[in-house]
This record gives sequence, structure tokens and C-alpha cells, in this order.
Amino acid sequence: MVLVALVAVLMLVPLGYVVTVVLQVGVGTVAESILRPRVGGLLVNTVLLVVLGVPASVVLGVGGAWLVERTDLPARRFFTVALAAPLAVPAFVMSYGWASSAGWVQGLGGGLLVAVLAYYPMVYLPALATLRGLDPALEESGRSLGLGPWAVFARVVAPQLRLATVGGGLVVGLHLLAEYGAFAFIRFDTLTTAIVVAYQSSFAGPAAASLGVVLAALCLVLLASESALRGHSRLARTGSGAPAPAVRAELGRWRVPAVGALVLLAVAALAVPLLSVMRWLGATDASALERLPSTVGSTVVLSVGGAVLAVVVALPVAWLVTRHPGGTVRRLESAYYVASSLPTIIIALALVTVTLAVAPGLYQTAFTVMAAYALTFLPRALVPLRAGIAQAPESLEEAARSLGVPPLVARVRITLPRLLPSVAAGGALVALGAANELTATLLLAPTGTRTLATQFWAATSSVDYGAAAPYALALVLLSVPAVALMLAQATGRGLR
Amino acid sequence: MRPLLVPAARTAAARTARARTAVVLTVAALALAGCSGGDPAQAEAPADALVIYNAQHEQLTEEWVEVFTEETGIDVVLRNGSDSELGNQLLAEGADSRADVFLTENSPAMSLVERAGLLAPVEEATLGAVPEQFRPSSGLWTGIAARSTVFVYNTDELTESELPTSIMDLAEPEWAGRWGGAPSGADFQAIVAAMLELEGEEATAAWLDAMASGAEIYRNNIVTMKAVDDGEVPGGISYHYYWSRDQNGTKENSANTALHYFGNEDPGAFVSVSGGGVLASSENQEKAQEFLTWLTGPTGQQILGEGYSFEYPVASDVPAREPLPPLAELGAPVVDPSSLDGPAVVDLMTDVGLL
Repeated sequence: MVLVALVAVLMLVPLGYVVTVVLQVGVGTVAESILRPRVGGLLVNTVLLVVLGVPASVVLGVGGAWLVERTDLPARRFFTVALAAPLAVPAFVMSYGWASSAGWVQGLGGGLLVAVLAYYPMVYLPALATLRGLDPALEESGRSLGLGPWAVFARVVAPQLRLATVGGGLVVGLHLLAEYGAFAFIRFDTLTTAIVVAYQSSFAGPAAASLGVVLAALCLVLLASESALRGHSRLARTGSGAPAPAVRAELGRWRVPAVGALVLLAVAALAVPLLSVMRWLGATDASALERLPSTVGSTVVLSVGGAVLAVVVALPVAWLVTRHPGGTVRRLESAYYVASSLPTIIIALALVTVTLAVAPGLYQTAFTVMAAYALTFLPRALVPLRAGIAQAPESLEEAARSLGVPPLVARVRITLPRLLPSVAAGGALVALGAANELTATLLLAPTGTRTLATQFWAATSSVDYGAAAPYALALVLLSVPAVALMLAQATGRGLR
Repeated sequence: MRPLLVPAARTAAARTARARTAVVLTVAALALAGCSGGDPAQAEAPADALVIYNAQHEQLTEEWVEVFTEETGIDVVLRNGSDSELGNQLLAEGADSRADVFLTENSPAMSLVERAGLLAPVEEATLGAVPEQFRPSSGLWTGIAARSTVFVYNTDELTESELPTSIMDLAEPEWAGRWGGAPSGADFQAIVAAMLELEGEEATAAWLDAMASGAEIYRNNIVTMKAVDDGEVPGGISYHYYWSRDQNGTKENSANTALHYFGNEDPGAFVSVSGGGVLASSENQEKAQEFLTWLTGPTGQQILGEGYSFEYPVASDVPAREPLPPLAELGAPVVDPSSLDGPAVVDLMTDVGLL
């Protein structure tokens, strides 16, 4: 417990940094640098992005999941995979793919297009998993009481999807707030892009930090509205026995439009960026490939390191929350979530400032980069670990103990092996996020270290689309296993 | 079955087990972390390598470093960033900095570090190779290259007679919506710093205000040039060498464009000096000074005169790469490179909402 509390305190360093800046610079000065027309414009852009982008992602994600899971859509298998696949395309590669082939992808419209295409799978996957797990008996009851298919969806299925939708929506919202690369490409300014620009003009100065205060506040508002929307109703299936397979709604004359819409989505989210990468690959100089192997190497080391660190930090708290729940433990867990909801740019600024002031030995080290990854992507490790621990029956451990095995040995021999799949799943998700991370890596990486994301970024900054293409492709290929794992978990074929 | 225990004993036992579990899990995971091992930075950089905080174009500095290491056997590691970012970073790091050498694209960031007292004097031999107008009188850093401000324009959209005669004209209403620039970049900020020095604060603030309401804003000079090439905007403020490089290569971002040099000692004819300096806190003083001497010597300057960059050589009498117009004929205004005030420009830009 003490250990977990200590880690929770460390996790709150970025939030503490934001508060300290406000106190140090003075509330008046911060207010002055915030209350100006430019910040107003950025705020409008950022809020519009979230207010329009999150519902659009929810419509695409839930709609797609319902079509493949609950209707007689043709080629369902294909669409199940195709709808999740864009997750392997990092948002800045999505932006590059679109912007380098279609000049009109700019501003708010362009930002919404690329961000929604990149992030809707984060709603689709939990929605898919929920639909798979739903007991169709409930829907049958609805039908037997005279509800049509739409009414069944609205009154029976939709409420059950609430957790997945709200949770997925929150993740999309936080990503939209934190996104830099995808928007910098297409001349769309948000608070985050402005913070990066302020950082470039003045390093980790008060200008960047003041904007950071606004951004952090937006994240906390989003987090609070998620817990308000989540609701408290219990939707678990009671009773024993296997659920019957779901009855699929007949699409009838909607069949063609439904297939058309999904094909359009797959083309926009997959074919456009990938074909664009392939086209630029043709214009790649051989010299651009020289660095590729070492860059892949350092990307893998840094992201795996970040994943291991995230699992280390998440494991004790996941254990406590599942096995010994209580008020304090819950509060500690929510501290973890709050810490991780801050955008990477703020986490990075905080780590730059704090390591320089307190621990210069850690400044510009691989460890600090890994710590930033762990901080940012911790929930990705926490969620599967909690599920894994909940599924490892305590009674087996007790049986071992009753046979004379000391408690600790029983835990290591009986429970730990059962956790390995969730450790692997959580770790893979963190590693996926870390490999695609741009902002914190740019600020924190050790001198001389290059990752796929930073190399891609350097090439696109000089409009050398050909040199960027191999790095974009490598990022996509590296992401494929993690995305396959996520999809397998959502469809119930995970590592169990 | 749970072992039968009296409540108090059970809680205590549970607490111990809990603590132990947390410890075991942490140790196991740390062991895993240890196995994954390896600091990727250390694998690449020898401990005694010269650390350069490089705000110059990565490709140019790599051309330099490759030949330098070949000739001297001194290993070099680069930390790449932008002028102001790395300049302010050096300020934040202070004496703890691991940087040995700082290279910039423009002089304001170098002056910033100079004013913070972080630079060691440059050796006389190095300074002797660089003409006075390309280095500060303090001798705390030296010019290593130069670049000229230009107006890049789309030849289908503008004829020569329609071109602005001064950069100050762009603030006139007739130019609103018809030109672009990259105010977040150090290049553009250096041009504005020269304007501030030559025309004063009031005129510069008014010009920036007109820019905030009337200019198209781009991420950097290349993106500006590409927008002009695509006809998105008729003209833009940039430096000369982006155009020269693209013309020398595929021309994919500049085929429909031409350059207009303002000349006449206009603020728009400003020639910006790229700087090199040695950090006073460096433990590699000798190697760092050797690097600057080499950089301003014939070999280092020759790489500018012949290599990829198309930036102007400033030392050792090396001529510019063909077909650049000679530096002396550009009609640049006389500006002391160490007088340019970067932070003041950032403040002015922030005031008008460009940043």
C-alpha cells in the first residue's frame, strides 16, 4: 500500500508541475497570458475538435460494431478486421497520407477527418467486445414484447453499450486533446500544437506552461464528465448457462448502403494512407534507409522499456484494487487515471523541468523517456491486469496453501503464471502507444537517439515525403501485432 | 477453504501477505526491466564524444561531422532542435549542460546564450579566419555560415513589376491575404529581430499586427515555399537556400516560383549569420575549439561552398556555391549580429497573437 501510494505521488508530478507553475509565475501573470484573443481562438478550435470529433467517433465505432456483430451484413469477418485495422496507422501517418495526396485536407475539417479516422477504432473495439458479451436473451425479451429492431437497439442494446461508448469516447477525447503531429501537418492549431510552438520559441518557459494549465483543465473536465456519464446501473448477466447466439437483424434494403458506408470508411482510414505511403516509398532515396535498422532498434528498446515500467507500476495497484478494494485504494487508482489523462506535452515539460531541478542524473536518459511512456499509457496496462487478476481464482491459491505451500510461494506458483497473458496484453498495448509517441520523445530523448516517430517527423518537416515513407511503413508494420492482439481480445479469442 | 482465524489475526496476516505480494511483484517486474536492459543512447555515443546542440539543418551538420570525424578521429553526437528551443534549453541546464558546442541557424539564440554568460571565448586563430561583420565584437562566438532573406513568389500569380519594393510594404492592405510566412520558426523571428533593430519597435509591432490579420501562416519555410508553388498564396517570406536546394534537386516544391531579393539595405534584405560557440561548462574545451577552428577553416567552409546546403560560406575566403549571387552584392543592411533580440521578438509576436 505504501509502495503504491509512493508511486501514485510520483505519477502526480506532472499535475504538480502545472500547479507549481501557476503559483510560481503568479495567478495574475498566468491569467494575463491566457486571457488573450489567440488563446481564445485555440480554445475554440480545441473544444470544437472534441465536441465534434468524439460523437463522430462514437457513431462510426458503435455503428460499425453493431453492423458486423448484430446484422446479416455480408463479409462480416472481413469488416470486423478492417474496421479495427486503422489502429495500426498512427494519427500523424494518417495525416501525412491524406495531406500529401489531398491539399484540401486542412484546418478544422481536415483535423476532424484525420483524427476521427485514426481514433474511432478506440470506440469500435470496446463496443465490439460488449456486443459479443451481451446476453441476447435480453434482446429477445424486447422483441417478444413487441419492439421493432430499431427500438430493441435503442432501448435494450444501447444502454448496455453505455460503458464501452463513454469509456471509448473518453479515450478518443483525451487523444484529440493531446494530438500534435497529425494537426501540425495540416495547419490546424490547437492548444497542444501551440504549446509545442511555445516550447520551440522559449523552451519550458511560462508561456508553454500557462497554455498547459488550460489544456490540463480541459482534460480534467473531460475526465469528470466521463465519470458523470458512466452511470451506476448494473448490467451484468445473472444466472448460469451459456448465452444463445444472437439473432442478427436483417438489413434488407439497407444492405447496400451499409456495405457502401463500411467500404468507404475502410478506403478512407486504410487505403488512402497506405497507398499514399506506398506511392512515396517509390520516391525514397536509398540514403534514407541507412538509419532504419538502428532506428527500429532504439524504438523497440524504448517502447518495450516503457511497457515493462508501466506493468511494474500497474501490477501492485491492480492487485490491491481487485483483491483488497477499499476507499483509499480506489482513490489511489483514480490518481493514476488523472495523471495519465494529461497530454504527453505536459508530462514531457514536467519531466524536463523536474529532472533538471531535482535529478539531473536522470535528465536526457532513456529511463526518463520510458517513465514518460509509462505515465502516459498506464491505463492501457492497468485495465487488462485488473481483469486478469479478477479471473485468477483466489481459491486455487488457498487450496495450495491448505496443502502446506507457504502463502508467498503459492502466489508466485499459482497466480503469477495465470497473470502472464494479461501482462503480455497490457505490455503490448503500452508498447504500441510508446512506439507511436512523438511529442515526449522529441523533448526527452537522450542526445543522439532517434526513433521511428522522430525520424518520420524530421523528414516530413522538410517536406521530404519520400524519406518519411519507410519510417511510416515501419511504424505501421510494428503496430500490426499489438492491434491483432487487441482485436483478438475484443472478439474473445484473446490469450487466456 | 479459508483457514480459520480470529478476525484480528486474520487482518494482520492479510496485511503482511499483501505487503509481501506487492514487494515480490515489484521485484519480479524490475528484474524483467533489467533483462530488457541497455541504454540505447550509450550504445551509439562513446562517453568522450563531442556533444553538439545542433539547431542548424541536420543534414548540413552531418556533412560537416562526417568529414571532421574522418580527419580528426573525434567522435561527435548531435542533439537536434530549433534555435530558441536549444538556446533556452542551455539556459535551463546552466552549468549542468552536457553540451560542448552550440550551432545555430540564426544569431539571436546564440546571443541569448552569450548574455547568460555560458560561452567560452573563441580562440584567436578561429576568429582570424572570419571577417568582422560575421562575428560579434565580444569574441564569444563566431559566424559559421550566412543566409539571405528573400521573397519567393509564384510566377503565374505575380509579375516582376508587381513585387513589393520593401518587406515593410507587405503590411499594406493591398497585400492582405496575398503572402505567407512561418512566424513560429527561428528564421522568421531573426528577420523580425533585424526589422526591430532597423525600424524600431512601433513599426515592427504594426507590421506584425498586419501579418497576424493578413498573412497565411505556415509551419516552416519549406511549407511556405510549397504553398507558393501550389498557388495557394502568391508569395512568401523565406530564406534563399530552400529554393536553391529544391531547384538543384527535383524542383517538386519550387517549379512555379522565382526569388526576389529586396536589396537596397531593406530590412527584407537582411542576411542572417549562423553561429557557433563553445560552452564554458564543457569538459571537452580543446576538442570543441578544434571543431570551431575546423568549421571556419577551408574544409568546413568548402562543404558550404560545394555541398548540399547552399548556405553562404563566411570565412576562409571560400566562394558560395554556383549559381548563388555573391554575398557582397545582395545589398544587405548593416546589422551587428549580437544586437538581435530574440526574446523581444517572441514577446511582440505573442502580443499580436502570432504565437
